[in-house]
Amino acid sequence: MEVEPSDILLDVLRDELGVKSPKIGCERGDCGACTVLLDGKSVRTCLILAIEVDGCEITTVEGLSRAGLTPLQQSFLKHDSFQCGFCAPGIVLSATELLGKNPHPSEAEVKEAIAGNLCRCTGYKPIIEAVLAVSSKPARRL
Amino acid sequence: MTQLKVVGGSPSRIDGLDKITGAANYVDDLAFGPDLLHAEVVESPHAHALIKSIDTSAAEKVPGVVRVVTGKDFPYRFGLYMQDRLIFPTDRVRFVGEQVAAVVARDAKIAKRAAKLVKVVYKELKPVLDLTEALREDAVLVHPDLGKYPRCPWFFPQAGTNLAHFRKTRKGDVEQGFKEADVILEDTYTVPRYAHCAIEPHAIVGLYDLAGRLTLWSASQSPYTQRHVFAQALAPLGLTHKDIRVVTPYVGGGFGGKAGVSMEIIGAALAMMVKGHPVKVRWSRAQEFYNTYQRQGVIARIKLGAKKDGTITAIEHSLHWDAGGYVEYGANVVNAVGLSATGPYRVPNVKIDSVCVYTNLPPGGPYRGFGYSEFHFGLESHLDRLARKLGMDPVEFRRKNAIREGDTLAYGAKMNPSGLHEAIDRVAAEIRWGQRESPKDPNKVIGKGFACFWKAPAMPPNASSSAFIKFNEDGSLNISASGMEIGQGYLTVMAQIAAEVLTVPVSRIRIEPPDTDRNAYEWQTVGSHVTWGCGNAVKAAALDVRGKMFEVVERALGLSRDTLYLEDEKVKCRARPDFELPFKDFVISGIQTPHGNFIGGPILGSGVFMPEFTSALSDPETSQGGHPNVHYTVGAAAAILEVDKQTGRMRVLKAVLAVDVGKAVHPGLVKGQVVGGLVQGLATVLYEDIRYDLKGKLLNANFTDYKIPTAEDLPDEIVPIIIEVAQPDGPFGARGVGEHTMIPAAAMVANAVEDAVGLRVKRLPITAEKVALELHGIHYDDVKGSYMGLCFAGEPESYAFRTTGAKKRK
Repeated sequence: MEVEPSDILLDVLRDELGVKSPKIGCERGDCGACTVLLDGKSVRTCLILAIEVDGCEITTVEGLSRAGLTPLQQSFLKHDSFQCGFCAPGIVLSATELLGKNPHPSEAEVKEAIAGNLCRCTGYKPIIEAVLAVSSKPARRL
Repeated sequence: MTQLKVVGGSPSRIDGLDKITGAANYVDDLAFGPDLLHAEVVESPHAHALIKSIDTSAAEKVPGVVRVVTGKDFPYRFGLYMQDRLIFPTDRVRFVGEQVAAVVARDAKIAKRAAKLVKVVYKELKPVLDLTEALREDAVLVHPDLGKYPRCPWFFPQAGTNLAHFRKTRKGDVEQGFKEADVILEDTYTVPRYAHCAIEPHAIVGLYDLAGRLTLWSASQSPYTQRHVFAQALAPLGLTHKDIRVVTPYVGGGFGGKAGVSMEIIGAALAMMVKGHPVKVRWSRAQEFYNTYQRQGVIARIKLGAKKDGTITAIEHSLHWDAGGYVEYGANVVNAVGLSATGPYRVPNVKIDSVCVYTNLPPGGPYRGFGYSEFHFGLESHLDRLARKLGMDPVEFRRKNAIREGDTLAYGAKMNPSGLHEAIDRVAAEIRWGQRESPKDPNKVIGKGFACFWKAPAMPPNASSSAFIKFNEDGSLNISASGMEIGQGYLTVMAQIAAEVLTVPVSRIRIEPPDTDRNAYEWQTVGSHVTWGCGNAVKAAALDVRGKMFEVVERALGLSRDTLYLEDEKVKCRARPDFELPFKDFVISGIQTPHGNFIGGPILGSGVFMPEFTSALSDPETSQGGHPNVHYTVGAAAAILEVDKQTGRMRVLKAVLAVDVGKAVHPGLVKGQVVGGLVQGLATVLYEDIRYDLKGKLLNANFTDYKIPTAEDLPDEIVPIIIEVAQPDGPFGARGVGEHTMIPAAAMVANAVEDAVGLRVKRLPITAEKVALELHGIHYDDVKGSYMGLCFAGEPESYAFRTTGAKKRK
């Protein structure tokens, strides 16, 4: 596909490709609602130009669960981790990145990993609990 | 009563899968095709100015611009409780950032560029940026036309002043009450403005189609109320309620900020100007801060008297609210506090003045807690201090005065059943009240703070809920109601209530966010009332459905309906234990008789709930005579707080909150409200610090400078305690819980700070910076610089609480 040099990755994902799980929350890198994985690493798509990611692999929540819910997603579901859900796609990806690098994180490591994703509803506790609950189990898709 | 099977359990959230897979659509995610137009508003740079002229010609020439709209196109008023706003002001602007025009263009970038070319000539007026100035006899008026605006009957604006509403509550004889007191304490507290900070910014898409139908897709807590306000405002264009449809997909957080109508009116109006094309208005994060609603600032003076034994004899509570440029919703916050600012205590002699003041800051409005968080900060701080003066334990002092069922409230009605004493006792036990905790680090000190809370929904006496239920061929069912899933778990709770009555499992019930064309009426999802109000409507609809099933079985099979009951998705009969009829066998297709014909047909039910016992009519001088509130939800909370004496940094080691929810329909979701609400409340005391410059411009309209908590800013431990003293008129005894959990947070921290380091902070927020400076002997106000967090610049202790301007012109 072709993009303008000034096109923001978030806008291209949402408006050109129709991938709507990355959300527009602040447009300045504060809230993390637009998080995706870029070659496995979490990034804020509101701060990246689309042309910068030519040739990279981008993973959003839509793609993450293509082969069924991941154990982490199942754990989020079980723990009622989200309320309004607007921050959920970003947090699912940030936590996925963490568990990929560090399958058995401490509570402090979980908090640090999602500290760039703001949630106004839950007080984060049920999100942290869900990540910790899955971190001790072998990764397996159901 | 039979054993409850679904109510009281914690099934998975109905919307859980949507939200963790990215399937959940919010307004900005909906696809409208290539003819979607985008709007950008032109904003006032002044807090108060006359609009002399608007020249749109340069903007109109930009290629891709479809239309530029100003107040001339829409000289119509709107507002929820008082119509004090124009869609686009034609005469004057009243806060920095107010919309004066809008550009509609083929894409958002063009709209933004063209908006900069709209030339507006202003004549600056003196902005009203101080409550003292606002209430002077010769005050500059924010609304010279006040008094002419249509309004609800329980508002008392005073024409020719900035006093938008004055709620007075009088009970007993306060002078006598203070004479009977052995100890009296009087002091002043201030609470600045706060922003909701839902992560989803407001968005609305409007389509006025070629057939003359106006559809709005709106990020809203209030689809029906929005439709009503739109219909009132756009009536001059020939639109009626049936011509307007409001669809509300998932909402990315509300907290009151998406109640009523704020920026959404722009979307409705612009759609009318570009017939046939959908047009989107999406707020930026900055606009989210300054042009939706904010929590109002308040300065409050409390005089409280008690006898030596701790019995409270009288309270005088004056609150002056910085309500901003428009108060069409915010004045009702002021009203609610004016009725309830005694807190959850028995107080024989009461004088409350709650005064709503127009200022030139952004419009105040509903925010989780609806004024109660604000007044509880002062009141619960004051209770601790009075207890100390009495030489009494603060928890014992609260326990002694805590309200009980049947007590007479400040406005004369009776208190509903309440588990406040149980809440106080259980929180005190869980927090180990009375035991000192010793810190490991010598630079740190640990203190404990306690606070009680209460809150009633603030709703018009005819605010109602309704629901439809219909079956599908396989016996699964759909509930149609118009409460809003703002994250609290409303959808799941409604399904549980229907499931309990009809024995259909929650997993076989579909309920979705509303659409005013298809779903049954609901006033608004505010006031923590939908579990109670909409829950009652859903329960009534389920009972209606059950009655219709019995009626069909009786007619077709001759079994008396009095002998029938439901179990496991089957109709069963006490007189015929062998009889069972699965729902799926008859709820659509009916029951066949030996003659071959069928009896029945699709089973449908409906239910309605209105709190018919309430009334907003009362004596304006005393508030006696009505029954303005349906019920109060009460509770208590406490914190163990560690304070670093060097840096002022505070860490909540443990927070406990007990709330009497009547019946926890879904205990897991109640706990979610406790944890989320407490963290939101703690943020208002520890982190969030709104700042305006002295010309009324908001300085920190972003998450870099306005700090909301991250995952690293949490209490180490939060203990939710659920108390269940049934609400007699609630579904299965339930009453609301959403807002309450943030109400005690500020006061319990303030009380813990004093317990830890002997510092009494009377002005929110209580940031580390403020505590550190004060501990080092530097008065924060002396060094804070020139900014303000509410419309008040002076020393709070010398604020006179005068309303002379009002009296003079009356």
